[in-house]
Amino acid sequence: MTYRTSTVLLTIGAALATFMDFLMIAAIMGHLPTLDGWSLPEVGLLYGIAGVAFGITDMCVGNLDLLPRQIRDGTFDVVLVRPVGSLFQVLAMEFGVRRVGKVLQSGAVLAISLTRLHVAWTGPKVAMLAVAPVTASLIFGSVWVIAISQVFWTVDTGEVANSFTYGGSFLTSYPISIFSGWLRDLLAFVIPMAFVSYYPALFILGRPDPLGLPAFTPLLTPLVALAMLGVAGLIWRTGVRHYRGTGS
Amino acid sequence: MRVYWELARVGYLRQTAYWGATCAGVFTNTVWGFMISFVQLALFAAHTRVAGYDATDALTYVWVSQGMLMTVYIWGGWVEIAQRIRTGDIATDFHRPVDFQGYWLAQDIGRALYHAIFRGIPPVLVASLVFHLRFPTSPLTWLVFAVSLLLAVCISFALRFLVNLSAFWILDHRGVASIASFAWPFLAGMYGIPLAYLPEPIYRVVSVLPFASMGQAPLSVFLEKPGLVPTLALQAVWVVALLALGRVVLARAERRLVVQGG
Repeated sequence: MTYRTSTVLLTIGAALATFMDFLMIAAIMGHLPTLDGWSLPEVGLLYGIAGVAFGITDMCVGNLDLLPRQIRDGTFDVVLVRPVGSLFQVLAMEFGVRRVGKVLQSGAVLAISLTRLHVAWTGPKVAMLAVAPVTASLIFGSVWVIAISQVFWTVDTGEVANSFTYGGSFLTSYPISIFSGWLRDLLAFVIPMAFVSYYPALFILGRPDPLGLPAFTPLLTPLVALAMLGVAGLIWRTGVRHYRGTGS
Repeated sequence: MRVYWELARVGYLRQTAYWGATCAGVFTNTVWGFMISFVQLALFAAHTRVAGYDATDALTYVWVSQGMLMTVYIWGGWVEIAQRIRTGDIATDFHRPVDFQGYWLAQDIGRALYHAIFRGIPPVLVASLVFHLRFPTSPLTWLVFAVSLLLAVCISFALRFLVNLSAFWILDHRGVASIASFAWPFLAGMYGIPLAYLPEPIYRVVSVLPFASMGQAPLSVFLEKPGLVPTLALQAVWVVALLALGRVVLARAERRLVVQGG
């Protein structure tokens, strides 16, 4: 953190830049009373939860994007020699403070949206609101690890992974229901992005699920997050073993 | 003149080394194109026309803008000149017998041609298999689109050039660049939604800014929207104005460098 002013400016710049994503939503909804039944503050709830979570994930896990280059340069081997867990080391190498900008901006949108929503707050709903960014962050992080782990097997530069990570951030800012058929099913059940913001939001707003799943589905969110963590860890370890095995 | 042609070739050829990144980039653009397309379709489920665009226009806008992203290159933080300023290599650059701004502009145009072909065409092709897009029917429109795209690249270059030159004055220019340019991709209309979607008064202001001339302008030409001549004229004005500003700032920078004994 040698250039403190620059860090602050980068943070503000990141906050403003990522705010453009919400401006896009606002520009579209200027022509619609609701987006597939979701009003602007309700979409703001989705955007806010997803955004805060993604910002946190980016802060903690974002440096995984360096992995492809490290493998190419051979610097990942240094990581394997140290006794600390390999994944943790990759993450600790550079802490992206400017990603705080994303968290702050999304938090602001979330807060303002909540003031404009008429939610019948109950204990469980408050708990869901508090837990959702955490579980969402875990899901995003798991997807990130899984997506980037493929570079252990391929010669990919890691840009393909970006479509899943940043793409996931985009998708979860909107009601999943606007994405048609196969994409929606993929997002809800295979890569469970629907549990990032959509199901928590349905629970908080007290709305039934248009996809027809039972009412308790939002409560599965923490389980989904933990399951994803397990899958991610498994794939990462398998990838590292494969990397070691090829005698690099 | 021959030099600039060679420099453009260099700019083009440099990109051919990164074919892996190009493929990955095409994948990325295609995925984003699909995602934004769904958002647009949700909008057009409620209306047949929005701000003068119908669904086909809007989808075409999404995909051609995705194809244009890398060509116009306003996203992505180009810092080559700034890096050379930081290391001091810039001093030798000024001794070259080629015009400094022209040196970089020529290469950027070569780069843009590569990206226009290999990043621009594939996503649009894929999309045309899935969606109904509107392609210009008249060959003249395609020609004018190419011209408009070239002007857009020049405006983008001129802006990036200015941002890079700030490194002469600011030790760590990344922060300032981040603040200064955060809105440029959005104001260029490169977020997959036409700027015309913005409220009328805001749109009127935004449409005359140089950023709109980078993205929205070529797209309007492609979609054969009214106001072709004013659009192109405004693009030309911004190209001249921003390149000229770049030269003024460059002259200041050169003087500064010499004064400090560089």
